Amino acid sequence: MPLPRLIPCLDVAGGRVVKGVRFAGLAEVGDPVELAEAYSDAGADELVFLDVEATLEGRAALKGLVARVADRLAIPLMVGGGVHTVGDAEALLSSGADKVSVNSAALVRPALVSELAARLGSQAVVVAIDTAAGEVWSRAGTERAGREVVSWAREAEQCGAGEILLTSIDADGTREGYDLEVTRAVADAVSIPVIASGGAGSARHVADVLQVAQAALLASILHENPARLTALRHELRKLGVPLRDAA
Amino acid sequence: MNVAVCEYGAGNVRSVVVAFERLGVDARVTSSPADVAAAKLAVLPGVGSAASAMEGLRERGLDAALRERVAAAGSTLGICLGLQLALEESEEDGGVPGLAIIPGRAVRLSAGRVPRIGWAPVEPGGDVFYFAHSYAAETTAAVSRSEGIVAVAARGSFVGVQFHPEKSGAAGARFLARCLSRA
Repeated sequence: MPLPRLIPCLDVAGGRVVKGVRFAGLAEVGDPVELAEAYSDAGADELVFLDVEATLEGRAALKGLVARVADRLAIPLMVGGGVHTVGDAEALLSSGADKVSVNSAALVRPALVSELAARLGSQAVVVAIDTAAGEVWSRAGTERAGREVVSWAREAEQCGAGEILLTSIDADGTREGYDLEVTRAVADAVSIPVIASGGAGSARHVADVLQVAQAALLASILHENPARLTALRHELRKLGVPLRDAA
Repeated sequence: MNVAVCEYGAGNVRSVVVAFERLGVDARVTSSPADVAAAKLAVLPGVGSAASAMEGLRERGLDAALRERVAAAGSTLGICLGLQLALEESEEDGGVPGLAIIPGRAVRLSAGRVPRIGWAPVEPGGDVFYFAHSYAAETTAAVSRSEGIVAVAARGSFVGVQFHPEKSGAAGARFLARCLSRA
């Protein structure tokens, strides 16, 4: 197996990195290109840009942002938010993204995952799943999707998803640790890599989830502070997690 | 033109161009067989399916241009799918004939989680590179491996890598710089 990955996630809106509280009161927190470069220098194995607005105007801004970041970065870049068609995904990839993640649009129409995989290859297609108490939620956790998390993960894999990005809504933002139970259930049910998301508060939490998932998404634990990533990688190595040496 | 990066409708070629530009060389995306013939180094990148990629190469006459270039000892680098396309055949899509620049075939990975995605060491050398693939080369031209999987294969003036040097940070940049210095 490849080495476990640490993946900082940056929320963007209108092409800028923002920090919001429950999707409200978005404030710009930094220049996306500088922040992305700093995370790359701090040893990020990959980066995620999540477009939290994904409006029509925002989409053009997102493409511009992806191009500016990809021109400076030499690590993989995943972009999520607002991908509804193969054309949306192709536009992001031609701007320099390596993979796209789809969430609500895939729940509405699972064939989208098959279409993306056929056109872009499975390695470029991530299905993001938001879950609470075993159920799948869509539209940023505001609507029940009427699906059970493990069966949806299996279906996504069968449609050609290359990775599952699994966010526990229950754990998200609590900093009390990842939801190991649901992460293990999904990782055991599929044979594609699983990226765990939600709940990281300490190096121990990250080390624990990397026992069951292949990668850990890091959002609020980093606070848009790349120095925290450097310290975290150091702490994880001391806990015996085999991270790559970025030098 | 120093580096010609083949554009044939298969994925993110921009990152490859940018990676070479960072090394201070003039790299350009091209679909022209003449550019491929004239470059100091030709690069065949690619992600996605083997069948549609081969079709894309044929439509542009790049299949013949790449074969002729390697036959004439012109330095050529295949990345990821670009390595797999250089083989005689891929078992993807029910069997797809390749460029037959190097012997062997691309077979679906059977161990571990597939796609195999992430950073892994390549031996000999121990450098860690980023991989994202579901198929891998089975070839007598292998020169290095990662977890037993062919990571680099070479024959004559062609070098193919399964990993993505353009996405592999400092180690990837060092690898591309070595390719340039040998071209």
